[in-house]
Amino acid sequence: MLHTFIAYVEDLPGVLTRVASLFRRLNINIRSLTVGASERKGLSRMTIVCDSTAEIGHRVRASLFKLENVVDVDDVAQTATVTRELALIKVSATPQNRSQIFDLVEVFRARIVDLTSDSLIIEMTGVESKIEGLIEVLREDEGRILEICRSGKMTMRRGNHVSSVMAAMGQLADAVEEDAHAVVESD
Amino acid sequence: MGTKPNTPSAADHLSTPTRLTGAEIVWATLVGEGVEDVFGYPGGAILPVYDALRKFPIHHTLVRHEQGAAHMADGYARASGKVGVCVATSGPGATNLVTGIATAMLDSIPVVCITGNVSSKILGTDAFQEVDITGITLPVTKHNFLINKTEDIAPAIRYAFQIAKSGRPGPVLVDITKDAQQATAIFDFEAAKPRPNRPHPMLKVEDKALTQAAELIKSAKRPVILAGHGVIDSGAMEQIRTLAERAQIPVALTLLGLGGFPASHPLNLGMMGMHGESWVNHAIQESDLLIACGMRFDDRVTGTIATYAQKAKKIHIEVDPAEVNKNVKVDVALIGDLRHVLEDLLPRIPSADHSGWLRSIDETKGASAVRDIKNLPDSGHLYAAHVLHDIWRITGGNAIVVTDVGQHQMWEAQYFHHEHPRSLVTSGGLGTMGFALPAAIGAKTACPEKEVWVVAGDGGFQMTSPELSTIAQEGIKINIAIINNGFLGMVRQWQEFFYEKNYAATPLVSPDFVKLADAHGLPGRTVRTRAEVEQAVAEARSTNSAYLLNFMVEKEESVYPMIPAGAALHEMIRRPAKDPLVESADDK
Repeated sequence: MLHTFIAYVEDLPGVLTRVASLFRRLNINIRSLTVGASERKGLSRMTIVCDSTAEIGHRVRASLFKLENVVDVDDVAQTATVTRELALIKVSATPQNRSQIFDLVEVFRARIVDLTSDSLIIEMTGVESKIEGLIEVLREDEGRILEICRSGKMTMRRGNHVSSVMAAMGQLADAVEEDAHAVVESD
Repeated sequence: MGTKPNTPSAADHLSTPTRLTGAEIVWATLVGEGVEDVFGYPGGAILPVYDALRKFPIHHTLVRHEQGAAHMADGYARASGKVGVCVATSGPGATNLVTGIATAMLDSIPVVCITGNVSSKILGTDAFQEVDITGITLPVTKHNFLINKTEDIAPAIRYAFQIAKSGRPGPVLVDITKDAQQATAIFDFEAAKPRPNRPHPMLKVEDKALTQAAELIKSAKRPVILAGHGVIDSGAMEQIRTLAERAQIPVALTLLGLGGFPASHPLNLGMMGMHGESWVNHAIQESDLLIACGMRFDDRVTGTIATYAQKAKKIHIEVDPAEVNKNVKVDVALIGDLRHVLEDLLPRIPSADHSGWLRSIDETKGASAVRDIKNLPDSGHLYAAHVLHDIWRITGGNAIVVTDVGQHQMWEAQYFHHEHPRSLVTSGGLGTMGFALPAAIGAKTACPEKEVWVVAGDGGFQMTSPELSTIAQEGIKINIAIINNGFLGMVRQWQEFFYEKNYAATPLVSPDFVKLADAHGLPGRTVRTRAEVEQAVAEARSTNSAYLLNFMVEKEESVYPMIPAGAALHEMIRRPAKDPLVESADDK
């Protein structure tokens, strides 16, 4: 099954390697991994998506916590989340057949962010299936897609949620405390 | 050689912030952490550190190969419970440590490794003797550091000690560039203290789970305690004993758990797993409740998981949350320090009587004991089992035994009965041949008052035998028993059982080990019959220097019982009953 982990890690050289190396050691293929600054100074936030057995969630989370640079880990496979992915798709388009693509972009609520005489770039944000849908339609014309660049998933729990670990660190005292992992561990 | 004089300044550094070179900071921090002995090998990128050594009250043992340094630090830690420290230079010095680091990692041994690296300006340029040792050791350390600023050295080393010791212990490597060793910074030992250790957020011992565990123990008819390395690590020997005695529960031990529960205790079943005695494994297979304490259900312990202890509920008390439900699904998990958990659990455990269960286990012993090789009369043949059993009897079991890996290791586990924790030093998880000799040097350095025995095969001994020079140079008194059968014995045994006796690459020509010892100025003798064993062992013990005993044992003897890899725990290969050699009365 598909697992999604959110990890807060110290923003230091080599931390990405340590996290990635853990998955390699467990022989788990990472489907997507996004890293960026978080709301906390000095901490980066990662969203890691991987495909593995249903039971692996506990072990991955426990193993991630064993890394010194990992501050917090959330396994959101079983919880309500908002997930988004960004895609940039470059397609060949001439003035003659552009309008067809404009229509498609309209339907998929995407945007054109670059336009030249023989190509254009579509920017699209959404869930994976929506992006897949647009790509599939574009593929109907062979050779039309020139490049695809996808960000990988970014995930956030719905609602006012703060993990118990972050709360315990004391800097989010006003936030609602909740056992972030109750759902996962009751499996 | 010998301890360096303590300069007045070395102690002052700890109380008064002083400007020191990075190299001096390395030693000053180690002194502050209570280190008295390190094992290492100098080289270009660590030379500033070696240059500063003379100013500090730390004894350095020069090894003959850096793998030896890591094993010595490991043996030091296993024998004493303290953190072991080794030092190496960049490049090949650092890579030579890797096997030793992995050995410590797999067995959860607190070791701090300090390596030099090329100057930070040329880092990443493939400079002479440059290697990415933090990258290489990433999966085999608990954590590692690449330090290129002098002011970061003391905090990194102090942090390394904290990581190495805390939770489930393990090795930590600190790689320090040469320029960081040469430059100066203010050394402030107190200020370099790491932030308090963050306990693993998934440690969880709930009252509800304790109650559940107590209920399972109360209602169990055929319980077995599985005691592992964690018993020794967390110092839970008394608690395990109380639990076993109060509820009359038999105790089976893992290889690394040996010594955590006295071998002579009536409730001690012995070692479980691949070469455990048949009654131990049968008891586990028949059990209705396994109480796993500080062990991780390694494949050498479980046999095939699908058939492992099917009738048993399982309680797992474990300090590492990543080990829970990894190999064996458990019914109750108590994730925390074993001693603390048992202290919380014990008040809920009433006395119980399992005499029927204990009797039924005893009944399965009968036949096995008769077939036991140690009960063999002297037929002119010399068996490894005899040698180990005799060493146990002669030393009264009051020795630290450091084994290598292979048949002799299993015979040691079967025939040397360990009463006390930290009396067996052995590479269990990684199974590192060549471990014994250097680890014994570390153990003896940590415990100079203890009698230390090396037990090694002729194969493994040759992997690190240059450390005999270290023994000679340091004047270390250890006794070395080589179990010499002319084969890589355990591999040969697998070839006999599973590869139609195709002895590919297992017959082994060795040097005359006694002459080899002699070349190092160390005495020794070869023993070919059982009649000589007692006198030879006595001679080794009474000699002031290290002494090497070369035991020429049966060439094609196998370790029994044995569970073939992939088989169930109860499907073991038993000792051959038909062999006239192994049918006799007890020789006690």
